Amino acid sequence: MKALMFLGCTVPVRNLNYELSARKVAAALGVELVDDAALACCGFPLKGSDQQAALVIAARALAQAADHGLPLISLCSACAATLAEADHYLQHNPAAQAQVNDALKELGLAYRPGVRVTHFVRFLLQEVGLDALKKKMVRSLEDYSFAPHYGCHYLKPSEALEGLDDPEDPRTLGQLIAVTGAKAMDYPSMKECCGGGVLGADEDLAGRMAGSKLAEINATDITALVLVCPFCNVMYEGQQKSIAKKLETKFKVPVVYLTQLLGLGLGLSPDELGFKLNRVKPKELIKAFKA
Amino acid sequence: MKINDGDPGFKHEVAAQPGGEGLKVCFGCAACTARCTVGQHMPEYDPRRIIRLTLLGRRQEVLASPLIWRCSTCYSCSEVCPQEVRFTDVLTAIKNLAAREGCAPPSARVSAQLLAKQGRLLEVSEFENEKRADLGLPPVEQHPQDFQSILGITPEAEPDGEDAP
Repeated sequence: MKALMFLGCTVPVRNLNYELSARKVAAALGVELVDDAALACCGFPLKGSDQQAALVIAARALAQAADHGLPLISLCSACAATLAEADHYLQHNPAAQAQVNDALKELGLAYRPGVRVTHFVRFLLQEVGLDALKKKMVRSLEDYSFAPHYGCHYLKPSEALEGLDDPEDPRTLGQLIAVTGAKAMDYPSMKECCGGGVLGADEDLAGRMAGSKLAEINATDITALVLVCPFCNVMYEGQQKSIAKKLETKFKVPVVYLTQLLGLGLGLSPDELGFKLNRVKPKELIKAFKA
Repeated sequence: MKINDGDPGFKHEVAAQPGGEGLKVCFGCAACTARCTVGQHMPEYDPRRIIRLTLLGRRQEVLASPLIWRCSTCYSCSEVCPQEVRFTDVLTAIKNLAAREGCAPPSARVSAQLLAKQGRLLEVSEFENEKRADLGLPPVEQHPQDFQSILGITPEAEPDGEDAP
């Protein structure tokens, strides 16, 4: 199994623990990740103001991936969805394809339909599968419980994202947590958005959105909130302190990436999985798994 | 304002944009509004209301409203809509029209400028690549010229930087 890694803008600068743990997990599962240092933005940040430019930017990445002849996998849910949507749209609109290729000609690139675009976690589910993952686990996290945060673009818009889970009744992240032996918690705001999408336009609103989930998790005794997107991390971990202050309350909600949990189950150490870079750490968990 | 004062062409203008096609099949059930996470935290943000105002031709009111920039693009409304309006995409069409009329918030322009300047939203300097190398992660590159070509812009001089007069 081989795939081209799409890091996007945020992960390679701000979320090195996510990237590190994903690469370690991939290696442990026999997934070979190929890198192309020229891959950059997916176009998402420009969509609201200029969707044609966003489409060309997405097509740039899709064209680069086509040159490699490999599936394109992203750690960022927003990148994965933006690229998949762009591909879905271009495949069904020959006129838009011609327009995009006109713009890409100057870069020496050409969009061709047929590149598979997916999220790292969806790739694991589809290419490795829950049963094979379970068999690879060498340690159990049975003493711990986690709250999965699906976020928005891991499963939506469903028409462009392979339909492997129901966005209104999602199960896959819970199943992946359970593979490690840990308990996955269902909670009322499980499906809700982190607010990251409105952070640029209205910081207070974004804070209220993230804050309501943090308050809910904070009231439980679960070990950590589990993420699969760097944008959600900006809200739940990066902004956790400032949101609490703004809402005049206190939270202490440890935040981890799903890949870090899978890595622990696969026998990797907290250091190898970048736990040092987690800002709100699940201290007990790290202590228990330190060699 | 009377109902006939609206701009009857506005709904067609929106529907002609990519993603705007679904606007006209809305039958006003408010499933979008009921499911909207943003609306739970900001009651004045109401997807159905934005659709109604658009269908009624309230062009200026819609395009100049700061509310159209409060969508988090979570797509929940699109998932629950019985008519496949795809409100997230309809709103993208509306925001694109608003941006062309100068109504986009500064953050939209900032993103384009960052891409033109560094080919990424977040700068990757030598420092970042050294930090990556320390962790055994491969380097990443910046190709701002690609983004300048796509966006048709060049990076603006920094107000306090060496490019300032």
